[in-house]
Amino acid sequence: MQRGEQRDEVEMLSLMLLIRRFEERASQQYQAQKVGGFCHLYIGQEAVVAGAVAAVRDDDYVITAYRDHAHALARGTSANACMAELFGKETGCSRGLGGSMHFFDRKNHMYGGHAIVAAHVPLAVGMAFAIKYRGEDRVTLCFFGDGAINQGAFHEALNLAALYKLPIIFICENNLFAMGTSVKRSTSLKQIVDRAEGYDIPGEVVDGMNFREVREKIAEVADSIRKEPHPAFLEARTYRYRGHSMSDPASYRTKEELEKYRLDDPITRLRAQLTREEKLTNEQFDQLDKQAKETVLAAVKFAGESPQPPLERLYDYTYADGAKP
Amino acid sequence: MREITYRQALNEALAEELERDPNVFLMGEEVAEYQGAYKVSQGLLQRFGPRRIIDTPISENGFAGLGVGAAMVGLRPIIEFMTFSFSLVAFDQVVNNAPNMFTMSGGQFNIPITFRGPNGPAHQLGATHSHATENFYASVPGLKVCAPATPRDAKGLLKTAVRDNNPVLVLEAELLYSSKGMVEPPDEELLIPLGKADVKREGSDVSIICYAQTVPLALKVAAQLEEEDISAEIVDLRSIKPLDEKAIFDSVTKTHRAVIVEQDHPFCGVGAEVCYRIQKNIFDALDAPIMRVSQEDVPMPYNERLEKAVLPNPDKLIAAVKQVCYA
Ligand SMILES: Cc1ncc(C[n+]2csc(CCOP(=O)(O)OP(=O)(O)O)c2C)c(N)n1
Ligand SMILES: [Mg+2]
Repeated sequence: MQRGEQRDEVEMLSLMLLIRRFEERASQQYQAQKVGGFCHLYIGQEAVVAGAVAAVRDDDYVITAYRDHAHALARGTSANACMAELFGKETGCSRGLGGSMHFFDRKNHMYGGHAIVAAHVPLAVGMAFAIKYRGEDRVTLCFFGDGAINQGAFHEALNLAALYKLPIIFICENNLFAMGTSVKRSTSLKQIVDRAEGYDIPGEVVDGMNFREVREKIAEVADSIRKEPHPAFLEARTYRYRGHSMSDPASYRTKEELEKYRLDDPITRLRAQLTREEKLTNEQFDQLDKQAKETVLAAVKFAGESPQPPLERLYDYTYADGAKP
Repeated sequence: MREITYRQALNEALAEELERDPNVFLMGEEVAEYQGAYKVSQGLLQRFGPRRIIDTPISENGFAGLGVGAAMVGLRPIIEFMTFSFSLVAFDQVVNNAPNMFTMSGGQFNIPITFRGPNGPAHQLGATHSHATENFYASVPGLKVCAPATPRDAKGLLKTAVRDNNPVLVLEAELLYSSKGMVEPPDEELLIPLGKADVKREGSDVSIICYAQTVPLALKVAAQLEEEDISAEIVDLRSIKPLDEKAIFDSVTKTHRAVIVEQDHPFCGVGAEVCYRIQKNIFDALDAPIMRVSQEDVPMPYNERLEKAVLPNPDKLIAAVKQVCYA
């Protein structure tokens, strides 16, 4: 694994820009009613997923909750396939059958996109079980929100992972809120990472607004897991700039709080680090941003022009053998 | 053929599938060291080792989900519920994750998992431990559900379930674990397809449609009816979903009368679906309204006399048959 190389970091910066611009367009297209259902944006949290994927191999397993656009993009799913999924089109990463909350991409080892809070945490443990069962040295990255840590499924999954010593990193994206409920109002702990202690799982807190810190920590943990499988827990402290979903004005928090985090923006931070180290010029940054915007705009066009999933195939994706009972 | 118990038949099916495919593993509470709460997995730990026969803590939601996740990346888990009454704690995994994944991923992730264990009322276990879950699960698109009544069907259906590329529930009949029946010897591959009913007894006056624990009941009643010159045909559904419409229609077209005896509750029960399909497709074949015998629509009482009153029994079934035969 290559750590801290310039090319990687600039690439990762452009991934973060792609995520940001994708989400902005998704929001706009939602307002234009091109996107249906629930839609949850990742803006503000980009350093978490970017840092995590930068630290692991392409064949490691990634699974997350419903705030999942970024995770698919980070895994290498094209902006076209992501936007088309939002539009419910046949060319979407889940053929238009999953929607915003259910992005899947087997080829890129993106295992969803899961919309029942914490229900995917046991799935992640099962994926890690399969890794160990086969004697592989992969790692499963399981992302979830601060809201997931009070669900039974989460607790059962952590216990199983610890009991069977499975190769999995539980990554809690603590953005301080589950919808309108702050962590203070949902969780009896001083800090979320202490949940891991109850299962004898090593846990650490990272600054989720800092790409480098996330990457370093995940790389270190992944290395240790590949040597000898075990679970690990990371609480990444981050913030979502937008409401919980498109319909949420986020009136449960103050403008000042939001501003405080915006000043700590993960993209601005990495950009500043790279600029200071003379690894990136302003012109190069502008160029990356322009590219991201163009990619996303092209994705909107692609999604708009893509066909609907055919009605005749309605029953084709219920049973793997096409059974119609 | 030789005579073995329903329990042995299931045990053979598990052993043969574990032997055949290294991706198959068995996981559940007390399946390994304890040798199975109902001894269905007896000897499997000794034969296949702890990597493939795995004891879990009491965490149905957790290990059912673990199975679904393992299936997403190519393993073929067999998840044992100590009883399907406890599967309700894992309802989200069985109903929301296993059957939805294939659709939600646009066909990228099928889930080849088997959920198995005893289902349906046993003796005086009270309301929490007596659930017949077949109608809940059969109502979910993406799941397949079977409920074998004989050792031969149990073995053949479980083996088929393990090889199926979809989530399949094998609802075993707790009261039948010790029942015996003729089964092919182990060196003869026995696979019984899902979605195929079996006529367990031929008859000409009335079709009694049944499954799982109601099959021996129906057979017993048929023998009694014979003495009163009523010839009952016993159609064992074996699979609830897919449902073998053809076998049902063939039988009812011949007898012109149908009674469904089911082990679940009447409201939205399996019989309601069977009944609907018969009247919709072969209405003209019917000489009498279809009757259903099911549990009474109450949580299961512990009291023995009341429990008996809740369950289908020979008297209720005979009365229903006589009603459709105008006898
Ligand atoms: C079992 C379940 N209960 C409730 C919901 C509704 N719901 C969707 S998201 C959410 C908040 C989750 O917050 P968190 O886990 O912190 O993730 P974030 O939205 O902050 O990314 C709730 C309550 C759900 N999807 N699933
Ligand atoms: Mg949150």
